[in-house]
Amino acid sequence: MFGYIVRRSVMTIPVMGVVALIVFALLHFAPGDPAAIMAGDSASPAQLAEIRARLGLDQPLHIQFFYWLGQLGQGHFGTSLHSHKPVAEMISSRIGPTLSLAVTTMTFSLLVAIPMGVYAAWARGRLSDRLVMMMAVLGFSTPVFVTGYALIYLFSLNAGWFPVQGFTPLATDPVRFLQTATLPTLTLSAVYVALIARITRSSVLEILGEDFIRTARAKGVPEARVVLRHALRNAAVPIVTVAGSGAAFLISGVVVTESVFNIPGLGRLMVESVLARDYPLIQSLMLLLSLIYILINLGIDVLYMVFDPRIRA
Amino acid sequence: MKLHMKMASSLLAAVVSTLLICVPATASELKIVMESRLGNLDPILSASHQTRDHGYLIYDTLFALDAEQKIHPQMVDSYKVSEDGKVYTFTLRDGLKWHNGAPVTAADVVASIKRWGKRDRMGIALMSITSDVSAADAKTFSLTLSTPSGVILDAFAKPSGVPLFIMPAKVAETPVTEAITNYTGSGPFNFKADEYQPGVKAVYVKNENYVPRKEEPSWFAGGKLAKVDRITRIEMADPLTSLNALNSGEVDYVQNINSDLMPLVNASKVTTARLDQLGYQISYRFNHLQAPFNNKLVRQAALWAIGQQEVMQAQFGAPENYKLCGAVFGCGLPYESDVLAEMVMKPNVEKAKALLKQAGYDGKPVTILHISDIPSLSSVAPVMAQQLRAAGFVVDLQAMDFMTMLSRRANQGPTTEGGWSIFITSWHNTEIQEPLRNFMIVAEGKGGYAGWADVPAIPQLTKAFLTAGSEAERKEIATKIQSIVYDEGVFAPLGSFARISGFGKDVRGVLPAPANIFWNISKGAP
Repeated sequence: MFGYIVRRSVMTIPVMGVVALIVFALLHFAPGDPAAIMAGDSASPAQLAEIRARLGLDQPLHIQFFYWLGQLGQGHFGTSLHSHKPVAEMISSRIGPTLSLAVTTMTFSLLVAIPMGVYAAWARGRLSDRLVMMMAVLGFSTPVFVTGYALIYLFSLNAGWFPVQGFTPLATDPVRFLQTATLPTLTLSAVYVALIARITRSSVLEILGEDFIRTARAKGVPEARVVLRHALRNAAVPIVTVAGSGAAFLISGVVVTESVFNIPGLGRLMVESVLARDYPLIQSLMLLLSLIYILINLGIDVLYMVFDPRIRA
Repeated sequence: MKLHMKMASSLLAAVVSTLLICVPATASELKIVMESRLGNLDPILSASHQTRDHGYLIYDTLFALDAEQKIHPQMVDSYKVSEDGKVYTFTLRDGLKWHNGAPVTAADVVASIKRWGKRDRMGIALMSITSDVSAADAKTFSLTLSTPSGVILDAFAKPSGVPLFIMPAKVAETPVTEAITNYTGSGPFNFKADEYQPGVKAVYVKNENYVPRKEEPSWFAGGKLAKVDRITRIEMADPLTSLNALNSGEVDYVQNINSDLMPLVNASKVTTARLDQLGYQISYRFNHLQAPFNNKLVRQAALWAIGQQEVMQAQFGAPENYKLCGAVFGCGLPYESDVLAEMVMKPNVEKAKALLKQAGYDGKPVTILHISDIPSLSSVAPVMAQQLRAAGFVVDLQAMDFMTMLSRRANQGPTTEGGWSIFITSWHNTEIQEPLRNFMIVAEGKGGYAGWADVPAIPQLTKAFLTAGSEAERKEIATKIQSIVYDEGVFAPLGSFARISGFGKDVRGVLPAPANIFWNISKGAP
């Protein structure tokens, strides 16, 4: 397995190179001019040309690309065109809230959704199964901003239990962290609980119909052991896939939830940088998110091998 | 068992109450939420209103306007004008210090004027008739003109566009196309660069070195007393989240509450007010370089086709939320005029159709850059498009965010190559109230403002306005400009609106002004 991980890690390098090229090309061929945004509504063409020259945007694209690659090679991610802060500093200050939210959401979702899905599969066709699936459909089809605003209305504005907005890092104040992370976690979890519960139910149901389960039951193995030990373990691969993809999406695409709860995470940073055509920031963010996707996919593949020895072979 | 249950529930309640108590802002900290994010920290390079408001917190100005729109000295103690009106000599008041405690000198002021004079439209006009600006000693500086002008103090005191913020000479020597990186000012608050997180928050603390003027504060004039120790500007992308935070007391001041969210304001906790009575002018401009608006008759047809009432009603709803105004230089302002205003106020479809026919309009599409991400502009373009279609235009409505519009607007090419026909924007009325500040009337061809109208009479009259000898003469010139602007179809106003701000009931001393200012504000019990 170690050799496999090393091989996959090495393969990451050319993939990242291709990603860098595509991101750079997309950005520079898409309409948009950071100079026009920096100068604002009242800039003259001469002022725009001056700003473009100062930013190096008047250079041929291939020179800009290789300059950027050279900088990356030396570990420099560049400086934001607008805030003039180092890109690495900006990203590191915004990654914490996103990762925290991803961890709390996935933890909560897995803890709730897997038991729900297993129970629904075991109680197939009963009222409790239908109730669980109804909740899953509801959670999956309600837009996150509706869930978020509803939770804010109920638990912040009416009950006063949680703040409306903001984020406090765990290391700064654990109590305040819990206060600020609870509603966003519940909001995001509504979708993931639904998704994972449905996948768990269908996967476990499929396994429960297998011959080896019938054999186990015929041998008198207790039902709980049959479901949890035999069925759930063999149903783990699709659950891991969905949970892994969900985690990757949580890190890159929770801009709506971040906006509703005013969480200064990567999603908002990405939108802000795209709107401002802050090229160094967008490019670095895209590279980082691509790397995260690659690593999460690698993690999923490794977990496949843990859960299913046939893949290892 | 019951006893255990009781004990458990009491314990749970105690834990929950400990966990769930929200932390309110302290009495000496003001938490504010502005309409859009602070993207640029250089108030000379950027004309953004958010950057301007940041500037008012940390910098001071030489002169300032009061609520009567009268000009008062601010950093200046006294000034005199030579008999021929060509030499202005200014003396700085005592006690002016930078945030680091160093004294503000006339050399700092001179460097600041020079940088501003390369960027601001009115500053550039002023510099075109300035033969010298120099410091005589540490507190005295002079401005020598080649031709007398009656608008020098107006330029120094104007609050928008690019206000003349005074910076240390070393900072002001930064090229005007390059953003400053040192934020030392001499205003009532000090910017905490180490706590600044772009897109998250900006922090300002009271400037202990600041010596306010003795006069009562009024708009930008008078004593700027910092009455809170700290101002935290929190960036919020969502207007409803801002309002929820204001209702719950998590923030103290929200710059803009959208009119559709007004019913959600908790009136027992929040005061709402139109702090900026002058408000904004919404307007649109044609691309004179490309078809179909490279034809004067087609531009005139569009002006007759588009009416203000329909647009403003669709955008702002109730009549109390907007004002119709056909004046190029704003209504209720010194250079208001109704000359040819009928062309831009009420639609006249028949006249528009007749002009289109006369022009030989061939159905070339009108590409409107439709800004969809700014609540105060998002409904304007679709209504305009429908009005143009009713008159016989073929319209291509292209939705985009404001930043994309700014980028796209720089394209002088045809619409088939990413160009455009009409863009819509808004300016604060203090930015358009006379010819030297108003960008929408700029008609200097390809090197001028987007739209690139080329009408030499307009720059000539604008220059005449700069050197006019009396207010009556200036008024006459402004009226002439208005008639040319409408006849040539340079731009058209759609009306004006004022934003509604909200602040907590415990926030006192909020000053009305045509920008967001935070001195004189205190929190807590009187």
